[in-house]
Amino acid sequence: MSTYSKEHIDYLKKQKKEKRIVFFFRLLIIVVFLIAWELLSRFELINTFLSSSPSEVIETTIQLLKDQTLFTHIGITLYEVIVSFLVATIIGFIVATILWSNKIIAKIIDPYITILNSLPKVALGPLIIIWVGASMNSIIFMALLISTFVTILTIYQGFARTNKSYITLLKSLGATKCQIFTKAVLPSNVPTLISALKINISMSLIGVIMGELLVSKSGLGYLIMYGSQVFNINLVITGVVILGIISYIMYIIIDSLENYIKKRRGSA
Amino acid sequence: MNKVLTISNLEKSFHTRDGEIKALESVSFDVKEKEFISIVGPSGCGKSTILSILAGLEEKSNGEINFSKDYTIGYMLQNDSLFEWRTVLDNCLLGLEINKKLTKENKEYVIHLLKTYGLEDFMEEYPARLSGGMRQRVALIRTLATKPDILLLDEAMSALDYQSRLAISDDIFRIIKREGKTAIMVTHDIAEAISMSDRIVVLSKRPAIVKKIYDIKLSNKSTPIHNRKCKEFSEFYDAIWRDLDVHIQ
Repeated sequence: MSTYSKEHIDYLKKQKKEKRIVFFFRLLIIVVFLIAWELLSRFELINTFLSSSPSEVIETTIQLLKDQTLFTHIGITLYEVIVSFLVATIIGFIVATILWSNKIIAKIIDPYITILNSLPKVALGPLIIIWVGASMNSIIFMALLISTFVTILTIYQGFARTNKSYITLLKSLGATKCQIFTKAVLPSNVPTLISALKINISMSLIGVIMGELLVSKSGLGYLIMYGSQVFNINLVITGVVILGIISYIMYIIIDSLENYIKKRRGSA
Repeated sequence: MNKVLTISNLEKSFHTRDGEIKALESVSFDVKEKEFISIVGPSGCGKSTILSILAGLEEKSNGEINFSKDYTIGYMLQNDSLFEWRTVLDNCLLGLEINKKLTKENKEYVIHLLKTYGLEDFMEEYPARLSGGMRQRVALIRTLATKPDILLLDEAMSALDYQSRLAISDDIFRIIKREGKTAIMVTHDIAEAISMSDRIVVLSKRPAIVKKIYDIKLSNKSTPIHNRKCKEFSEFYDAIWRDLDVHIQ
């Protein structure tokens, strides 16, 4: 190990201190929030029937764990999210590649993709139920409608914005269209692909929950919907909290994938 | 010396929705073996277009381009266009990869070039770590990797600051001479053109015709930086400046 100058050691110390401050306040916010929530409900300053409390949420979670339904619900929601995420990624990538390789096709279908992307997909909920049936398929279909178009658009816009001089250079070296794609368009768009994955995973989750709220017999969306129908606010909030945790974990997974790729490409 | 290339009455028009723009009216000149030719002209006169046509990136509208043999061409762009996700060595191997000529022998040739021109320690580095001048040298080696007979340099140095430019034009000149290449350079910098070239083709403003061709005869001609000190330098500079007839409109 090399020895650092005092200035550099001070710099590292300062960085470490900053990191600790950020971590501490992050933790503080959630702890203060939970304690305040708990105290307010203990002293009956807020109505626990309407707003639940942290201890009741934990109780409900334990209850759900005991009758072994919690993991079934989480598993089903995750399964639907992953299927939708994978299918949307594959479709998005293939369609974006076709659009990139053929400008005429891109021009022709551009307005359709834009309309389908900006259309509020919940509006199609009733139609989907009629067409696909009240099953898991319609939930995945709903999620796909929400995630696919934005994935196509994100990836295609990245492809289309590939540095022109990279393409001119490859052309001057005699590259074919396929080589231009594999040597420049794809590798220069790795950051775009990662951000497309990020958008896609959260859109898939939104789509699945939306689908589960409309039709389902299981899953976290169902849990929340069921809870609200029987006016069990504990159940609703437990569902929301678990969803929050799941989406945070998914974010961390994609984020570390991004860091791993950045490191491997030496640009971190 | 043998002629490698004859261009006669080259014409080029660009078509847009708003109409037709004639870039090249009629351009004729020839290029001899191992010659260094510069093309200068007012900005927007279509000088880069000539290189694009020679490189096969654009179609000519009319006229003749005759290569005396089946030469291979290397094109060096204004922008170094190094791929940030590839190491310096991998960037230089790009042309060989594209043409499926990535043999051990060719790879060794590229490594030899990198070693010869002071980039040995940077072969496994990513371009982000290099200075502007080094990047330009890597871009030249990438162009040389496929062993082209004719090099086309399109404002290859103009993205650099003035000092780096002087130094790198000396470098590039030496590399080109040492590797025995024929070169056609487009530049807007008159001094750069005089210091590097054997002949200079001066184009008129758009639509371009060849206004004059200068044979750059300097006493004690050597490297570009030295050439700037020759006594004929300023005479050529004045003459070409007058030809360009620059008016700010």
